[in-house]
Amino acid sequence: MSLLYQFHFYLFGLIAVASALLFVTRKSPVAAAMWLVNTMFALAGLYVMLDAQFVGAIQVLVYAGAIMVVFLFVVMLLNLGEGDAISDVRGRWGRIAAGGAGLALLAQLLVLTRGNATPAVAPDPAGTENVVAPVAQVLFTDHLLAFEVTSVLLLVAVVGAVVLAKRGGRA
Amino acid sequence: MITEALFFSAILFAIGVVGVLTRRNALIIFMSVELMLNAVNLSFVALSRLHGGALGQAFVVFVMTVAAAEAAVGLAIIIAVFRQQQTVDLDRINLLKG
Repeated sequence: MSLLYQFHFYLFGLIAVASALLFVTRKSPVAAAMWLVNTMFALAGLYVMLDAQFVGAIQVLVYAGAIMVVFLFVVMLLNLGEGDAISDVRGRWGRIAAGGAGLALLAQLLVLTRGNATPAVAPDPAGTENVVAPVAQVLFTDHLLAFEVTSVLLLVAVVGAVVLAKRGGRA
Repeated sequence: MITEALFFSAILFAIGVVGVLTRRNALIIFMSVELMLNAVNLSFVALSRLHGGALGQAFVVFVMTVAAAEAAVGLAIIIAVFRQQQTVDLDRINLLKG
């Protein structure tokens, strides 16, 4: 594990965490969405460094490219671009309760993460010319049924979204 | 690096929970849920690297599909609610409150 690798790993992780913190504190939905896109790009970098190049590419294409564009589209369609005069952040007690809950959750997760020593890591994959094949092997042989059911899920989502967002229709 | 990845994943998930609890804008709450899904995906990829197989990565593909479907339906619901109530403030959408 070279020093350069470690440095970039921490760099991407810190960018992700800092962008996420900025995301939850921005008042304007557009600014929040842009910081969330930044988080997703940093996560894509982490995926590539964890030898999941295919997932990293899909992360950029699907999450940062498609899902966040839909979010921004809805924000601008509903004309929510500028933050309201009153912030949508809850009052003092709501914030204290949420902060406490978040810290408690974080403490639990950290204890679980730090608790036991990590078992031996699998050896490095042979090369980078063969990164999609293992995913396809799992996806199209052992879990083919789940993959096909996912296509039905997408069909249901498309039909449901059209029905719900149709103007004047009885939703 | 696996431990660090799980560490970052835990922090991102907690930030997502805080976002859901502190905001009232339905869209931002929705984006916080997406952040939590991303944190879990990071755990999947890290543990997949730990075990050496690609099953975790295949599961991440499934999670992304479900997240895309969820975004489509959820945003359609938000648009429908906005047409009725002219707001996405969850404190003012209280039709089911007794």
